[in-house]
Amino acid sequence: MSEIMLACHQLRQDFSEKEVLNNLDFELHRGEFLSIVGENGVGKTTLIRIILGQLQPTHGQVQFFPSRKDLRIGYVPQFRNLDDEYPLSVRNFVALNFSGFHWPWLSHQEHQQLQRVLQETDLEQLQNEPMGRASGGEKQRAYLAQALTKQPDLLILDESTASLDPIAKETLLKLVRKLNQTTQVTVIFVTHDLPLARAYSDHYLLLQPQGYEYGEIQQLQVNDYVGGEHHV
Amino acid sequence: MITWGANIMFSFEFMRNAYLASTMIAIVCGFVGVFVVARNMPFLTHTLSEIGFAGAAFGMFVGISPLNGMLLFTIISSVLVGRMSTKAARREDSISAVSGLFIGLGVLFLALSNKSASYATNILFGSVVGISITDVYQMIIMAGIVLIGMLLIYRNLKFDSFDALGAQGQQLATGWLSVAFLVMLALSVSVAAQVVGSLLIFILLTLPAASAKYFVHSVSGMAFLAIGFGLLGVWVGLYLGYLTNLPVSFFIATIEAIIYFGALGYSRYRAH
Repeated sequence: MSEIMLACHQLRQDFSEKEVLNNLDFELHRGEFLSIVGENGVGKTTLIRIILGQLQPTHGQVQFFPSRKDLRIGYVPQFRNLDDEYPLSVRNFVALNFSGFHWPWLSHQEHQQLQRVLQETDLEQLQNEPMGRASGGEKQRAYLAQALTKQPDLLILDESTASLDPIAKETLLKLVRKLNQTTQVTVIFVTHDLPLARAYSDHYLLLQPQGYEYGEIQQLQVNDYVGGEHHV
Repeated sequence: MITWGANIMFSFEFMRNAYLASTMIAIVCGFVGVFVVARNMPFLTHTLSEIGFAGAAFGMFVGISPLNGMLLFTIISSVLVGRMSTKAARREDSISAVSGLFIGLGVLFLALSNKSASYATNILFGSVVGISITDVYQMIIMAGIVLIGMLLIYRNLKFDSFDALGAQGQQLATGWLSVAFLVMLALSVSVAAQVVGSLLIFILLTLPAASAKYFVHSVSGMAFLAIGFGLLGVWVGLYLGYLTNLPVSFFIATIEAIIYFGALGYSRYRAH
């Protein structure tokens, strides 16, 4: 098996009304495609926030290899609020992630990187269209492209397919899987959609109110999935 | 005829000063306005201008220039408002409270300073023809500070303003960015109030940028177009004010509103 990217040790998060994650232990390997599934409220987003460093766990720790600062994480959040009048083009939206204290305009390398990402995410034809007029699937591809601009080692998709129709879901996941196989980017895909998780992941982490399960994706049974919805 | 009129107009120092000051203000407001619109802050901008009114009245009361009084009040309050709350609903309420308090203070300071009502009118509605060359220099310096400051934080501000959730997801430090932007906004409000007055500040800070977003699809494109709309408004407005002796603010407001409604109409036409 490939080298470890991150390892969670005895993770637990206490909130005022409940505890989640139940002393979670698991390892994520480089190049792996992991789906995190579970009903609402079992701690999927909490786990992601801990990995991102936005939340300090009550107990346990996340260890990064070689270190957190050497790991580039691209995160695609669950919700975005871009309305029909959102003015930026797809290209300019994706380029927002070239942040930092540099010249206001993009460098030659940044232009090249942007073009490469737009190609990888099949957005080349659409790049000059306003984001406000893009379809749900196109928007998700643009969110993905934006997260990819900084060439992440780890890509986290937080319920990115929740609002998409079945064809758009398949298109997006095929694309992510292809990127995972060609660029070796490690993927964490948070979802309620078991068939989709089964079709594209290597491993699964099922979070439950009283525990968790980790294993190869073929071992995931629909019956294991207590509560929540699973979309076909 | 127009050239002749313009020649005569520019022979007056106060008109030259007015054009210089308005040009700087249109540039700063067009640029800053793009982010005001993207961050959905027109209400806060309006409140800052009311705070500016109180600051100017305070300035007169304690014997400093109205502009310095404005700067003092708007900068302090922008930092306070920026840190008060990030929850949108509570922020609106907080802004309403702050706004009411400061208008009240403005009225108090005006009464205490024993100045005539025309002072209040100048602050509220602008007095571009009364601007001295010293005021112009001060405005140019402040405009320069705002533009340089905005360019320094441009990329991060752009990300946070046009995709706040994405910026948070990419771990962009946005807290200080927000405060830095509010200080830039406070400076812009204080400068712009000299021309269009506190009550009509949003004419230059929000309307040109709100119009520009219907025509272009990049932040830099919006900034350039918003600056263009702002310049058109102040240049033509000043000229019409000169010709007719009617308030310049009225003409600027009318021109910017026509551009905005034109932009809305254009957007609807394109959607069909």
